[in-house]
Amino acid sequence: MVTLNHYLALSVILFAIGSTGVFLRRNMITVLLSIEIMLNAANLTLVAFGRHFGSVDGQIIVFFVVTVAAAEAAVGLAIVIALFRLRESLDPDVFTSLRW
Amino acid sequence: MAFDLPLFYLFAAVATATSVLVIAQRSPIYSVMLLIGSFVALAGLYVLLDAPFVAVIQIIIYAGAILVLFLFVVMLLSAPTEVRGKRPRLAAGPRRMGAALGAVFGVELIWAIWRVASLREPVGAAGVPPAEAIEPVRAIGQVLFTDYAFAFEVTSVLILVAMVGAVVLAKRHV
Repeated sequence: MVTLNHYLALSVILFAIGSTGVFLRRNMITVLLSIEIMLNAANLTLVAFGRHFGSVDGQIIVFFVVTVAAAEAAVGLAIVIALFRLRESLDPDVFTSLRW
Repeated sequence: MAFDLPLFYLFAAVATATSVLVIAQRSPIYSVMLLIGSFVALAGLYVLLDAPFVAVIQIIIYAGAILVLFLFVVMLLSAPTEVRGKRPRLAAGPRRMGAALGAVFGVELIWAIWRVASLREPVGAAGVPPAEAIEPVRAIGQVLFTDYAFAFEVTSVLILVAMVGAVVLAKRHV
């Protein structure tokens, strides 16, 4: 019997995997992919709780989260393209002009 | 619902394994393909949660549009694979300590969630929603266009802003 805890634990694990990818990867596109993993973990939590309380609101919030994730991915990739055009590299360590 | 638990573990294992591989791959194209696999597994989990509309939205929009956009960008940039060992890595001691502390934190988090007794009922025991399960699109539409109508309209403005922003940012300044 699958309880809500199963879904929450899976969501925690996926979120941890995504945040590990954000911190450890040296390729900006993979960093954006890890952010998508984190967003999916949050979506899973929303749908699981919505099902637990018998409400459809969880699915509707997921609808909006997917839309915002699409917009964010589009703008993020446009920024990656612009940066690549500048320095021919996708390594975040190359772009240090804002560093102290 | 005899297949609930093994199906859940199957989808969860696929989602976790592909997500770990996404962050472990060196080539971005493999990462994108593996993430598509993870999204399909998550869509299966959404179907298990009586949310078929969200599952289809996940496949069509997330896997079918957003990740295709990622693929376009990866191929457009001929994204180079990372060079291993170029940056100064943390010493082995602090790295192992960090991994151990991270694992301890994760286990503690899951243990804390598991202790809440009210979450141990089977999913769907509280308020089985027969109407939503039979006609999910109607149920979502009825709430989306009445209670969430403002958010729905604002989302269209958000998408317009994102479109304009993406075009401006990626344009060559000639």
